[in-house]
Amino acid sequence: MANALVNVPPRARRGEIIEIKTLISHPMETGYRRSQLGATIPRDIIRLFVCTYNGTEVFRAELHPAIAANPFIVFSTVATESGTLAFQWTGENGFSATESAEITVD
Amino acid sequence: MDRDTSRRAFLQAAAAGLGIAAIRVVPVHATPAAMDVAIRKVVGSSNVSKGRVTLELPPLSENGNTVPLTVSVESPMTQAEHVRAIHIFTELNPQPDVVSFRFGPRAGRARVSTRIRLANTQTVTAIGELSDGSFWSTSAAVVVTLAACLEDA
Repeated sequence: MANALVNVPPRARRGEIIEIKTLISHPMETGYRRSQLGATIPRDIIRLFVCTYNGTEVFRAELHPAIAANPFIVFSTVATESGTLAFQWTGENGFSATESAEITVD
Repeated sequence: MDRDTSRRAFLQAAAAGLGIAAIRVVPVHATPAAMDVAIRKVVGSSNVSKGRVTLELPPLSENGNTVPLTVSVESPMTQAEHVRAIHIFTELNPQPDVVSFRFGPRAGRARVSTRIRLANTQTVTAIGELSDGSFWSTSAAVVVTLAACLEDA
């Protein structure tokens, strides 16, 4: 299980735009590097990051090898209702990680 | 005489070899033309206008393995008028595509930060795709002193 960190404000006013920071540990191997023996190191990257707010998708990122190791993504969403923000990362070689955060909107 | 022939033969062979070598050279990075092709794949036949997109990148980056990038598009982000996506492209990385961010009106603000890899001193282009089908772009130049993708594992 990969290590994922998400930073979501625990409380927000209704209609407020909140900033969400996400970080996940992953080498994001590009497939262009070579080992000391000269063999190409096969590509191993996260392809997709999706954030859903109470089941509705609010943000999505399609990643390519040019994203730095340990992908860090900061984005925003509107605090509409109290509930759960779910984050999902999917990648090559069966990589999958999920994380969630609760938010109270008043 | 004999020596002359072999020299000529050698030169011919060398020239032929050079020709083959020149044909076999595969660029290790994308080219600005490859970036244009990648951009066309996203925008189709639409026009791309300059403006509305802000791309924040350090003008000089010491480490091409992690270059902080912030991109934003001016938009009210309502159901009627919002940013659908932002795409980032590079000229000289092995692949022109970097990342595509997709939004809806619930994003509130079309502004994203991340960290990218840059293989060379080059220009990075951001394309914003709006809900009315228009495309906007901006570019930023970054000087990279330590390139990504070169170190051995």
